[in-house]
Amino acid sequence: MKLKKKSSQVAQQADQMTGQTGNGISRRAFLRNSGIAAGGAALGTMLTPGMMKKAEAASTAGGKTETVRSVCTHCSVGCGIYAEVENGVWTGQEPAFDHPFNLGAHCAKGASVREHGHGERRLKYPMKMEGGKWKRVSWEQAVNEIGDKMLSIREQSGPDSVYWLGSAKFNNEQAYLFRKFAALWGTNNVDHQARICHSTTVAGVANTWGYGAMTNSFNDIHNSKSVLLIGSNPAEAHPVAVQHIMRAKESGAKVVCIDPRYTRTAAHSDLHLPIRPGSDVAIIWGMMWHIFKNGWEDKNFIKQRVYGMDEIRSEVAKWTPKEVERVTGIGEADVRAAAEMMAKNTPGTFIWCMGGTQHTIGNNNTRSYCAFQLALGNMGTAGGGTNIFRGHDNVQGATDFCVLSHSLPGYYGLSAGAWKHWSGVWDLDYNWVASRFDKGSYEKAKGKPVSPMNTKGIPVSRWIDGILEDKKNIAQKDNIRAMVLWGHAPNSQTRGPEMKEAMEKLDMMVIIDPYPTVSAVMHDRTDGVYLLPAATQFETYGSVTASNRSLQWRDTIFDPLFESLPDHTIMNKLAKKLGFADQLLKNIKVNGEEPLIEDITREFNKGMWTIGYTGQSPERLKEHQQNWHTFNTTTLKGEGGSTNGEYYGMPWPCWGTAEQKHPGTPILYDTSKSVAEGGLNFRARFGVERDGVSLLADGSYSKGAEIKDGYPEFTAAMLKKLGWWNDLTAAEKKAAEGKNWKTDVSGGIQRVAIKHGCAPFGNAKARAVVWTFPDPVPVHREPLYTNRRDLVAKYPTYEDRKSHYRLPTRYASIQSKDYSNDFPLIHTSGRLVEYEGGGEETRSNPWLAELQQDMFAEINPVDANNNGIRDGDSIWVEGPEGGRIKVKAMVTRRVKEGVVFTPFHFGGEFQGKNLRDKYPEGTQPYVVGEAANTIFTYGYDSVTQMQETKASLCRISKA
Amino acid sequence: MARMKFLCDAERCIECNGCVTACKNEHEVPWGVNRRRVVTLNDGEPGEKSISVACMHCTDAPCMAVCPTDVFYTTEDGVVLHDKDKCIGCGYCLYACPFGAPQYPQESAFGVRGKMDKCTFCAGGPEDDNSAAELEKYGRNRIAEGKLPLCAEMCSTKALLAGDGDVVSDIYRERVMKRSGRPQTWGWDKAYGKS
Repeated sequence: MKLKKKSSQVAQQADQMTGQTGNGISRRAFLRNSGIAAGGAALGTMLTPGMMKKAEAASTAGGKTETVRSVCTHCSVGCGIYAEVENGVWTGQEPAFDHPFNLGAHCAKGASVREHGHGERRLKYPMKMEGGKWKRVSWEQAVNEIGDKMLSIREQSGPDSVYWLGSAKFNNEQAYLFRKFAALWGTNNVDHQARICHSTTVAGVANTWGYGAMTNSFNDIHNSKSVLLIGSNPAEAHPVAVQHIMRAKESGAKVVCIDPRYTRTAAHSDLHLPIRPGSDVAIIWGMMWHIFKNGWEDKNFIKQRVYGMDEIRSEVAKWTPKEVERVTGIGEADVRAAAEMMAKNTPGTFIWCMGGTQHTIGNNNTRSYCAFQLALGNMGTAGGGTNIFRGHDNVQGATDFCVLSHSLPGYYGLSAGAWKHWSGVWDLDYNWVASRFDKGSYEKAKGKPVSPMNTKGIPVSRWIDGILEDKKNIAQKDNIRAMVLWGHAPNSQTRGPEMKEAMEKLDMMVIIDPYPTVSAVMHDRTDGVYLLPAATQFETYGSVTASNRSLQWRDTIFDPLFESLPDHTIMNKLAKKLGFADQLLKNIKVNGEEPLIEDITREFNKGMWTIGYTGQSPERLKEHQQNWHTFNTTTLKGEGGSTNGEYYGMPWPCWGTAEQKHPGTPILYDTSKSVAEGGLNFRARFGVERDGVSLLADGSYSKGAEIKDGYPEFTAAMLKKLGWWNDLTAAEKKAAEGKNWKTDVSGGIQRVAIKHGCAPFGNAKARAVVWTFPDPVPVHREPLYTNRRDLVAKYPTYEDRKSHYRLPTRYASIQSKDYSNDFPLIHTSGRLVEYEGGGEETRSNPWLAELQQDMFAEINPVDANNNGIRDGDSIWVEGPEGGRIKVKAMVTRRVKEGVVFTPFHFGGEFQGKNLRDKYPEGTQPYVVGEAANTIFTYGYDSVTQMQETKASLCRISKA
Repeated sequence: MARMKFLCDAERCIECNGCVTACKNEHEVPWGVNRRRVVTLNDGEPGEKSISVACMHCTDAPCMAVCPTDVFYTTEDGVVLHDKDKCIGCGYCLYACPFGAPQYPQESAFGVRGKMDKCTFCAGGPEDDNSAAELEKYGRNRIAEGKLPLCAEMCSTKALLAGDGDVVSDIYRERVMKRSGRPQTWGWDKAYGKS
């Protein structure tokens, strides 16, 4: 929306919220002017008691300013921050010009993070809802009551009836500890936002070439000759990334933007293809049709490093320009131009975000993107790669530590072997860990009953079904009866009316967050809701993984405000009450109640061999943090100084132990460097042959490899066979016997493989065909709610499934019904630069909130006029599952005719009702609005249970 | 002597509003006052351009010419500042300003104009540099600390440049050369016609 001045109405509202009238003086002014006339007395009423304490502390001592290094807590670009702190108060924010990622730059969110030090709208102390009213309670009372309830639910319904919903807002140490916490509670019902942001990327990409992450870096885009963005709008979602894209563009790179809307990013591209939402596979195959037809593919790369491209070729052949236009709406000339731009300007990078991932066929989309890059030979090279921009600041880290219902940290999975590996790292008896789980069995694998310890838990996208679904249809003992929403915005999830019902059905809700969040107000519960104040990442310290896999260290800027506590301290408190704190923190020092962050880092260093989170010790991370200025801003390589030759933040995999001093891997699968210097090749993850055809690389290997061809992953037996066994020390031999590169906790197997120039994980081809997925070759399937009924027969969705992550999952039974007459418009969603995620944090920051005061829907003038709607009108947007939201109309040609767009950051209004009164006193965000997801509908990815939020249906009418 | 100037490179500006919140952050500017804002033209359509606008610190400033109480003065760095103690809040400077820079805080329910507030190029006001009084009335004085305006220093794409006009134009000229084309500054087409 346009920038607006605060209206008098809003001013009144704001006054009511603070209980103030007239013009207040800011806290900052107070702090800095403590000696002058404005005086503290006049301010007494404006500041809450906790802030008074802070302010007084600041006004007494004799101001010494220190500068603290931290990292922005909004998106995953990982912008460095210099915080100026006086007597414990965050008084200034300076640009970190020497930081290698952002070079001092910030977007609206990053430039306003100092507001976290004010925290006026924070949740200030533990609260519980009693008889429909919020009541302040002590931490002890809250933890005791919550713990007693959980233990009683565990007794009656088993550990799977408590759901642990974690967060990409945890730092790495907290994410790791949280996953371990859930494991020791005895459940796989643990998950976080990665499920609903890039789960289809991680699954699709990891199953193509080994690792599920951004392959290059923001900085490396400087080397790109072309840039393709699909379903990605970095100008709003990752603005600092645009700085790097601009650098490439100004050096001559061509920029192609594929997005249903003419976004801010599209406005800066050379070519914009406004596809119909949900037609990603079709547009990619459409471009590849031209690539193959003209012989623009990299034949040598495909021969040496790709398996299955012929199967892709046959599918692509079906996507003639005419069919592509029928499905995507883009004519032949534009599709060919885009294909040619990418093919003739290599290396080119491929960027995607939620627009590609959040679909029922999200995993098909991401794999088609990979196939595109493989065809052009754009992988494993500077300037190329799949630069997948992650969302939250630590969503990459929280994914890597698998705050996920389908795996233990490091993507080890949930097999007995995985549990034994981690039990060993935790120094716990495997049988004791197993005893924590429900001993029943509720589903079968390969005809045999399996235990809940080894089956995927319910994903975050479906927790509401874990509550509402009939017990007999769920593959666990009982329904979910208690939800722990720890750093999570429920309004980032679909099916609002059902979510409200689910919340009301629960025995207990526990919300742990710096803000009350929409979870506190969305339901009509009168009891059994607890709010526990968590500190932000500026009030604690630890490591955080940026999108490019670099680990960055944050220092504490200020102590936790009010009664809030860092997440890891809260985990300790709860574990103590629940009776497993000794096991949780067995080898971790605890100061007071706070587990020592560095000890947690050291513990995960001992177990994360699969993806190389083993070399980044706290000492090395701190050294990198102190040497921001020494890293090259394109290659990220340290130039001189104590981190010479290392890559900034030691992007994983950082192989072996910290003592081995691996520099980190700046570009995945780059064979032009030796593995010891950060080079790699594709991972041998899918066996060595299929149907008699080798899956190993053919004549391609990383620089200096002694095996000059493909090879399988390293095991103890393989070392012996190669005659390299004696390169291990005696101690390493003892640990490595019978193990492989993932399970040898001495790091010896990795060390010796790298010594001989080899990648510990083998050297294989990437596979363009994932034979273990529902669609081995990615195909187009129409969304469940589609208005293109003419395409349903040819491109149908899947059959319904009985158990997918423990739950029945519907596809065809929804698509078979035609909703398009009543709901003729396509509904899609996306981001605004000022807000992040569910928006509770950013809408509570006045510097940001002022810039976006109303929830709105973008509507094309044709649709607006057809429905009697004018710009700025209040309108109803209704979804086919019955939800409706009342928002402002923004009539714009940004969206094409037939498409309605809504931003997903709003909350605090529900189906026309303002929920402001339901927040605890003084914690209301400055701006509230309807959540777009209230009307988004059913639909989940066939591999990961990603929710569909980019292609649904709606209708609009004047309110 | 330096002559301080802003330049917003419309080829790079993406309306991320980083400059706006950086300003709020640095000076604790209250809700409703926007010393800097981003304007987008042809929003959502081909030809869309965004540009960040604040006081341009004119050499021959129209605000200064019309002010009845003569509050404006130019520093030796070429920054246009004003004395809030003398300001009567009449709003005549807003009439004169080609950029809509002057802002008026809403001081009461009746919308009586308060004393004018505007971008100071992070150079404070007539009070002693970085004194408590200066801070309260005008915000922080970065120039006195040897720093440049925070809005430009924090710009996400380095679109917004601030500093000595000669240096700013050198940076911009280099960019234009690199892009191998004519200048894309806002208004170029209008001034010199389309090529």
